[in-house]
Amino acid sequence: MTKAEFRTPTGGRIDRGRPVNFTFNGKALQGYAGDTLASALLANGIHLVGRSFKYHRPRGILSAGSEEPNALIQLERGNRTEPNLRATQIEIYEGLVASSQNAWPNVETDVGSINNVLSKIFVAGFYYKTFMHPQSFWMKVYEPVIRRAAGLGKAPVEPDPDFYDKMHIHCDVLVAGSGPAGLMAALAAAKTGARVVIADEQNEFGGSLLASRETIDGKPAADWVRDTVEELKRFPEVRLLPRTTVTGYYDHNYLIMAERRTDHLPRGLAPKVSRQRLWKVRASQVVLATGAHERPLVFADNDRPGVMLADAARTYANRFGTLPGKRAVVLTNNDSAYQAALDLADAGVAIAAIVDLRTQLGGPLAAQAKQRGIRILTNSAVTATYGAKRVTGVDVMTINGSGESVIGAPTKIDCDLVLMSGGWNPAVHLFSQSTGKLRYDDALACFVPNVSMQAERSAGACKATFTLAGCLAEGAAAGAEAAKAAGHGEGEVPALPSVERTEPQQPIRPLWVVPSTDLVGHGKAKHFVDFQNDVSAADVLLASREGYQSVEHLKRYTTTGMGTDQGKTSNVNALAILAKSLASPIPQVGTTTFRPPYTPTTYGVLAGRDVGELADPARHTPMHSWHVAHNALFEDVGQWKRPWYFPQGSEDLHAAVRRECRAVRSSVGVLDASTLGKIDIQGPDAAQFLNRVYTNAFLKLEIGKCRYGVMCKEDGMVMDDGVTTRLGPNHFLMTTTTGNAAKVLDWLEDYLQTEWPDLRVFLTSVTEHYATASIAGPKAREVVAELAPDLDMSAEAFPYMSYREAVVAGVPARIFRISFTGELSYEINVPAYNGLYVWEQIMRVGAKHGITPYGTETMHVLRAEKGYIIVGQETDATVTPQDLGMGWVVSKQKPDFIGKRSFSREDTSRSDRKQLVGLLTEDPNEVLPEGAQLTATADGHPPIPMIGHVTSSYYSETLGRSIALALVKDGFQRMDQHIFAPLGGKTVKCAVTKPVFYDPEGVRLHG
Amino acid sequence: MADTLIRQGGATRFTQAVASLGANTGNGTRLAELTPPGQINLRGRPSDPRFVRTVGAVLGCVLPLNANTVTSAAEVTVLWLGPDEWLLVTPAGEETALIARLREALGDIHAAVTDVTGNRTRLRLSGPGARETLMKGCSLDLHPRGFRPGQCAQTLLARGGIILHQIDDAPTYDIYPRRSFSEYTWMWLSDAVAEYQR
Amino acid sequence: MLTINCPWCGPRDETEFGFGGEAHRTRPADPSALSDAEWAEFLFMRTNPKGLHRERWVHSHGCRRWFNVERHTVTNEITRVYQMGSASEAAETAPAAEQAPATAAIEKQGSRS
Repeated sequence: MTKAEFRTPTGGRIDRGRPVNFTFNGKALQGYAGDTLASALLANGIHLVGRSFKYHRPRGILSAGSEEPNALIQLERGNRTEPNLRATQIEIYEGLVASSQNAWPNVETDVGSINNVLSKIFVAGFYYKTFMHPQSFWMKVYEPVIRRAAGLGKAPVEPDPDFYDKMHIHCDVLVAGSGPAGLMAALAAAKTGARVVIADEQNEFGGSLLASRETIDGKPAADWVRDTVEELKRFPEVRLLPRTTVTGYYDHNYLIMAERRTDHLPRGLAPKVSRQRLWKVRASQVVLATGAHERPLVFADNDRPGVMLADAARTYANRFGTLPGKRAVVLTNNDSAYQAALDLADAGVAIAAIVDLRTQLGGPLAAQAKQRGIRILTNSAVTATYGAKRVTGVDVMTINGSGESVIGAPTKIDCDLVLMSGGWNPAVHLFSQSTGKLRYDDALACFVPNVSMQAERSAGACKATFTLAGCLAEGAAAGAEAAKAAGHGEGEVPALPSVERTEPQQPIRPLWVVPSTDLVGHGKAKHFVDFQNDVSAADVLLASREGYQSVEHLKRYTTTGMGTDQGKTSNVNALAILAKSLASPIPQVGTTTFRPPYTPTTYGVLAGRDVGELADPARHTPMHSWHVAHNALFEDVGQWKRPWYFPQGSEDLHAAVRRECRAVRSSVGVLDASTLGKIDIQGPDAAQFLNRVYTNAFLKLEIGKCRYGVMCKEDGMVMDDGVTTRLGPNHFLMTTTTGNAAKVLDWLEDYLQTEWPDLRVFLTSVTEHYATASIAGPKAREVVAELAPDLDMSAEAFPYMSYREAVVAGVPARIFRISFTGELSYEINVPAYNGLYVWEQIMRVGAKHGITPYGTETMHVLRAEKGYIIVGQETDATVTPQDLGMGWVVSKQKPDFIGKRSFSREDTSRSDRKQLVGLLTEDPNEVLPEGAQLTATADGHPPIPMIGHVTSSYYSETLGRSIALALVKDGFQRMDQHIFAPLGGKTVKCAVTKPVFYDPEGVRLHG
Repeated sequence: MADTLIRQGGATRFTQAVASLGANTGNGTRLAELTPPGQINLRGRPSDPRFVRTVGAVLGCVLPLNANTVTSAAEVTVLWLGPDEWLLVTPAGEETALIARLREALGDIHAAVTDVTGNRTRLRLSGPGARETLMKGCSLDLHPRGFRPGQCAQTLLARGGIILHQIDDAPTYDIYPRRSFSEYTWMWLSDAVAEYQR
Repeated sequence: MLTINCPWCGPRDETEFGFGGEAHRTRPADPSALSDAEWAEFLFMRTNPKGLHRERWVHSHGCRRWFNVERHTVTNEITRVYQMGSASEAAETAPAAEQAPATAAIEKQGSRS
């Protein structure tokens, strides 16, 4: 156990009474409850945490927040391992195991660092330029090698043992961020009685105040935070969500937040609680109080471990009681780093010098630093850094008049810490995701929210308000206004807490590249812009010279801003350097698009419970349990589970289907047809309505009769088909295909509600009210007769295409004598809650005839033998009834119906369209694959014109040979000709036939 | 005879689970499948005073004309489904007689009375965790300011359509999934409610 | 994800609705009287504006009513929702003022234009 020699003796928000043991790169270490992994590592003197993406340069912890580009960690092992987590966001817990990424054999001795020596060739676009030829090498050689050498952490290979969930929430005001602005906004809104949600990505509320030594209302800022949070908790309509990142902002104030519910606990402790939760928020109003990110400075070799953002170091000292070093050099272009220097000095860090790029000193912070005896070097730059795995010193030189280069001799200053501050970028990510328009503020040298496009407002540092008093005031006003806009309160702003007066800040000096002894791109030093992607200022300039002058092109070409941090610390520096090289103003260059997620989000939390059985509903018929018990295999038809076939013993699909087909053709079979869509149609104009939506006539359908109908869209293409029965003068029952049931109902309502509101017709879905058993085969009559003894089953009394009501097995039923098999067939509809019972009675009564349950595969074969189409299989929205050889179903008499006008369009009435034909292969045992393309000739060189494709293809047990249906160009004219199916290795010769293979006269149907 | 047959609910696979979850007091949040009630779909024009009056007289309560509201009489609960559509919920087996009475009373008034008893099953979710359980899969605003006892809605729960009816402030909800979705809805709810049954 | 204020049920998530394409395209009273070109115009041609677009939606998972929505195709802002049969001309000038569902208003139903 290393003694934590970098801890302050007291202070910070860690619990020194609760030590926490963890392991990093195999080394046992200790921190305290309240530490992040980053603060605990720094407390143990560890800065070197990773190797950079491309050059494998040693990298240390840069920041203290979610913007961290360097300290990416592989957390845990086995099935709970997770890559690319930011050490700055990981709360340590007892037993935590973490390791560095992108280093082999380890982070201290990394073989890949040879890339750094060769860095001259690894310039921007290196991969694009180098691995071009031969093309075939990309997949097999280049990519695997590059992938191993570069890349980040390793994805787990085992299933995730944790679970994730989601929750919808509505609120009047959503506050993103809980710093001074966010807390005041939430408080102001809460006081109006509004429903408020306040979320913050950190483990506790307070934001920057947690690391501040300022006072509010005369007490330490952190105490004010505590009291304010307690006050917020007393409002019943306020929901506080720490550890929750507002990560996406979408249309209509729909936001998503990722909450980490158990990540701060030892793994596997809370099995009933989801590990992470995705909140789906619909907010009337949003207050963005997301703070700001400090910008790094782009100076020579600015990436050594020990080079850190100034305010991050202040956070480690004040919030975590951790000293990131013992002797610091501060490099800055603005005032805020002075506060960091003063706080660190008070915490025990020796400030070797403040190197200020600005020429003039002013302001109270500089005065305080001077008073404390801190050495301040104005108009000066750090021109070199020293040290291998930790910075050991810097060179400082004077900047020349233009700010482009340095003069004089370097002064070397020893240090183990370099703190930099290049100014602040408001965290405008969510604002920008909401499609708000940004404005570049020249004085502050940053982008700020300008035009809102949704019901949101920014407050505090994310709007470039950097004083505590300003943040509190803006937050309070934003919260009150938001509540008012959501219908709560009158916009009254609560009393603001008192704070110390803040002097105005001295202006920033934005030198986007800090000058050094060599021009950028010359000499050995690298000026990093994007630490995670190893993009330097020289890469940006090279890309610009090569013509990648749009900021979006620059991003793709150099990869700047494309890492897991999405360029939170690098984007503005990169575009400013690009702007300078183009001699364009920064606003003209603009920013890349900010997209969700704000920080990396697990796939788990996006999936939530939509996994396994819950991924998609499986719809079951009332007889499902019987099918399961009788060994059915199921086919998915939409979301329905339909029995596919019922194998007996060791039967495979083909054997089972042949047996089921034989049973239906020779005796009797039964199919669960409950999934067919069923629409009850009532009203005085019901017949008129049907007459308009079907292509054939329905006005004169007799009561008790059934009629097959085809529906087309206005373009004349087949949309759906089914049998409709007239139950009474003004009462019909329509059936639709299983897959189109909901669509057809919406479509019918569309016409009723919008085109023909004068028609008095009501539609009611009864799909699920009825269970349907289709009994088919020569013995079907005997089975139904026994179940319904009161019904006259004779062919005369109950003919084909008619309907009767009867009591079946004691249950009131509707019986339809219709057929999809070509056999004598009855469809029995009973209420769903009696479906299983009636099915069992059918099986009992049918046993003496060997009644055989059959599935969708047998149904498909039997109907194909009869040439009956299946919508969606023989049709694809480019097929008319005439193309199917079903001109008989299209009325010539009706003046109008949906689709009629299109049948006479030039393209629709062509005689050489693709038409439905039967195909018989020369070899009767050859079963063509469905989807096979067809050609007119057997040979020739590609491209050979395709004349159609196979839509259905089966082995027909009844015929003892294969059969197929196909859509073939000019098919009707090709009867008895031969066409060909080229199948890779062979070409199959087929005879074109009529698509009815069995009982073309329909004798069996009418029997 | 049909009346003597046991009416099968949708979530039969989970009969045992129903019992165990129902018995689990935990923090008092319970999920159960109720006997499927009689259900009648009623369509008619609210602008036709004869229709509204006739239906009211037969049911013994006014037809709810405000969106997403429920009215009830002793033997029937009436849920608003759309501007010209209602679901009448009766005790199991009572629907046939009510259908007959409605049809007779309505006579030639343009309306549609349809037995849909088999269309949906009914689950009941009740207790302090009930609202948050639903919030995991329902995008409606279920806050008491937005959704109260006596209100109903047709909406989505996770990936299945439901009718949701809030019964009381416990809160108690009746959830009517389509029959074919009832196993899915049951599985989804029993998973979501587990957190509130420690 | 859009929030669509169903004229009957009130605001609901987009997932409850189905999209029905451009609104106010009335099916010709006598299609047979049209030339092929005129019929093709009705079948296939849509305005596809960058800006305000009037379109049809159906509350498939709710009340099953079709209605009209005026939506800005760039910002996705919904400026109006109105029932079938509400006059489209009024839509040009009327402010976004569609209010809570009113069942009696079903009488407003009429043709798409």
